[in-house]
Amino acid sequence: MRPSVQEMIAQSRGKRNKKVIEKIIPIILFLIASVSVLTSIGIVLTLIFETITFFTRVPFFDFITGTTWLPFSNNEAQFGIWPLIIGTLKITVIAIIVAVPIGISAAIYLSEYASENVRRVIKPVLEVLAGVPTIVYGFFALTFVTPVLQAVFPEIKIFNAISPGIVVGIMIIPMIASLSEDAMSSVPKSIREGALAMGSTKFEVAWKITIPAALSGIVASIVLAISRAIGETMIVSLAAGSTPRFDGDFTGSIQTMTAYIVQVSKGDAGYGTTIYYSIYAVGFTLFLFTMAMNILASYVSKRFREEY
Amino acid sequence: MTTIITNKSASGTEADQTGKKAVYETKQLNLWYGSNHALKNIDLEIMENEVTAIIGPSGCGKSTFIKTLNRMVELVPSVKTSGEILYRGRNIFDNDYGVEELRTRVGMVFQKPNPFPKSIYDNVAYGPRIHGIKKKKILDEIVEKSLRGAAIWEEVKDRLNENAYSISGGQQQRICIARALAIEPDVILMDEPTSALDPISTLKVEELVQELKKDYSIIIVTHNMQQAARISDKTAFFLNGEVIEFDYTDTIFSNPSDKRTEDYISGRFG
Amino acid sequence: MRYIEQQTVVKRMNGRLIANAIFKYIFLAATLLALLALVILLYRIVSQGAGNLSIDFLTNFASRFPDQAGIKAALVGSLWLMMVVAPTSIILGVGSAIYLEEYAKQNRITSFIRMNISNLAGVPSVVFGLLGLTIFVRAMALGNSILAAGFTMSLLILPVIIVAAQEAIRAVPGELRDASYGMGATKWQTIVNIILPAAIPGILTGSILALSRAIGETAPLIVIGVPVIIQFLPEGVMDTFTALPMQIYDWSSRPQQEFQAVAAAGIIVLMAVLLSMNSIAVIIRNKFDKRY
Repeated sequence: MRPSVQEMIAQSRGKRNKKVIEKIIPIILFLIASVSVLTSIGIVLTLIFETITFFTRVPFFDFITGTTWLPFSNNEAQFGIWPLIIGTLKITVIAIIVAVPIGISAAIYLSEYASENVRRVIKPVLEVLAGVPTIVYGFFALTFVTPVLQAVFPEIKIFNAISPGIVVGIMIIPMIASLSEDAMSSVPKSIREGALAMGSTKFEVAWKITIPAALSGIVASIVLAISRAIGETMIVSLAAGSTPRFDGDFTGSIQTMTAYIVQVSKGDAGYGTTIYYSIYAVGFTLFLFTMAMNILASYVSKRFREEY
Repeated sequence: MTTIITNKSASGTEADQTGKKAVYETKQLNLWYGSNHALKNIDLEIMENEVTAIIGPSGCGKSTFIKTLNRMVELVPSVKTSGEILYRGRNIFDNDYGVEELRTRVGMVFQKPNPFPKSIYDNVAYGPRIHGIKKKKILDEIVEKSLRGAAIWEEVKDRLNENAYSISGGQQQRICIARALAIEPDVILMDEPTSALDPISTLKVEELVQELKKDYSIIIVTHNMQQAARISDKTAFFLNGEVIEFDYTDTIFSNPSDKRTEDYISGRFG
Repeated sequence: MRYIEQQTVVKRMNGRLIANAIFKYIFLAATLLALLALVILLYRIVSQGAGNLSIDFLTNFASRFPDQAGIKAALVGSLWLMMVVAPTSIILGVGSAIYLEEYAKQNRITSFIRMNISNLAGVPSVVFGLLGLTIFVRAMALGNSILAAGFTMSLLILPVIIVAAQEAIRAVPGELRDASYGMGATKWQTIVNIILPAAIPGILTGSILALSRAIGETAPLIVIGVPVIIQFLPEGVMDTFTALPMQIYDWSSRPQQEFQAVAAAGIIVLMAVLLSMNSIAVIIRNKFDKRY
């Protein structure tokens, strides 16, 4: 006759160090979880320290007010950030003009009109669109969109703001569509049915019920998409050119903040040169812009969230 | 651990006239969920090898009470308790009393069948394995014994390696009972074990409970008064977190001493 | 007098129905426009690049001559990169998710970690490149090695994996936890034996999708100085290397028309890798859907 299970359990309990494991594991996991915090701290400190070094060589005031960005000039290098900001904004504006109407229309179509079968086809396709690497979009902008635009508008140059702007827009459509659709689908069915039962058409339900109720989510999705467009790098590096300029021209070569960082990284600006430190100052500016957008997005979606 | 085994074999202090000993005694047990006072001054004595039923309308604290007996209730954040629960004479709230040790002695069966998404065999062997029993031969023996004990061996003996979700809900619940039996507990807590089952499966589980009480002490929460009347020896009636009446089941159902008990069992509320 | 004249309602109904129909087709057209963009993109790349695809293309190193250029170094380099990124990011991501879902108390530190993760997800990848350049390439003196690039990419996709793993862990029914604790299992035993096995399909799906993002990322690699023209294969994680998107970027930015076709062929290879990773993720998701 074997000993009872309880006796065997009592025996094996003495041998094992469960208590120690239970004490150590949470500590290890906490250390692992703090890696993400350390990453953020690392990003912020890196940007701050290298940017401070940059400002020992280039006056802070010149940087944030200057309208000429001429880093590679041998005798008269100028580091006024505005041309790069303007370049980034040009791309962002075009991207938003393309992506907002299409993205939100797709969201409305998916949440209000599409049958389950149609959704089952369209949503994965949007996911694929979201998963295409940006380098592929960049290639598409350079080798397809730009030539097509040039055929219609001959004044457009090979590098310009319009083509990459449109393609960045295509890239952020899935983001706007799926986040807005999430917001719209979370409007309770009962509210919709209430309106439909009074004889509203689907369009009236969408326009007067769903969109107002989901507005905070829709706005947040647009703000997040703006943040993505500001930070987008490869499309603009390939198709927008590398001419920092402080004007309103969209048809010629421009440069964004991200594209400048890539341009310097590719070249052989040595460690310790002013140009080397300038990419941190530009990266810091970029970081502040995207962070502001992300904080704004979470503020909008929290502050104006509808309670059902 | 050893002290508890000796406690069990030694003559207990709290023996009733039939010579049975108390497994659980609660003394002035109070429990709060945040500011909600869910259990109020509970004094109960639960005897071994009996089926004790806990009845009462929903929200009366009966589920909370049974989950307090193996301290599962503490998984809910913001729970506070006061008073004592003596299990075999030892206060389970003592600092040096590990919850794992307590739960190894006290098995639990839940409202909804909740087998693990593993094979039937691995479900039943789960308890012995985590407590350090690794030998295949011994595990085989324990699994068979437990499945027989839960009266489901014949139905599943040829499909021990199938996923436990491939069998019916009633069978799943008996697998969960077998899983609890596998560590040969002293007490089995059952929290409305038949509420998710069809009448035939319910009947099987009820018969099983009758069978199990020879070897185990069983505490069962039920919302079904007929079930309490059919299977239990003693019944406690809970209302608003208080024990209104606790007595032999026959007495409770035929001659309750409290008006509220009478109203409840005659179906005037709840 | 009645407030609503049924006749007027009926009269106006036509206009409302027409508006409804028009807008329905506008919304549909917009949706299809997005899909059309994807179709054109894929068609263009296949038609441009298919001619350059061959066994030679997969087995040749990069070259000054378009017709001899191959993607071997980049393909192997990307695989090496994944061998660093996959274990690093999954261990860090799943560990963080377990901590946040199972151990973390509801306090300031926890909500700070959560907020931090969602903010980190919004940081542009090029900024992660600057972090990698400063910390891994220079401070830790790893140079432009596979290890430095792998760590940078791991941190980049860490928030995605954490969130996916958190969702997978949260989706494990509470009853399974209760059952395990009810048997006297400790927290860690419950996590290892019950929660993680049940959450693994979700964790894998999320991780594969995150890794496929890492394999297509270019900007951080450029910033940390990953070279392009490489005529040898790496032999260890401290070796320098190149990766698929780097190679594609280099070919795309060359002025000669012929190199664009080579770039397109490279994109086909990259997309094929991504497609197979995504298919695996979808298969895992479908296979393990609805088990409870």
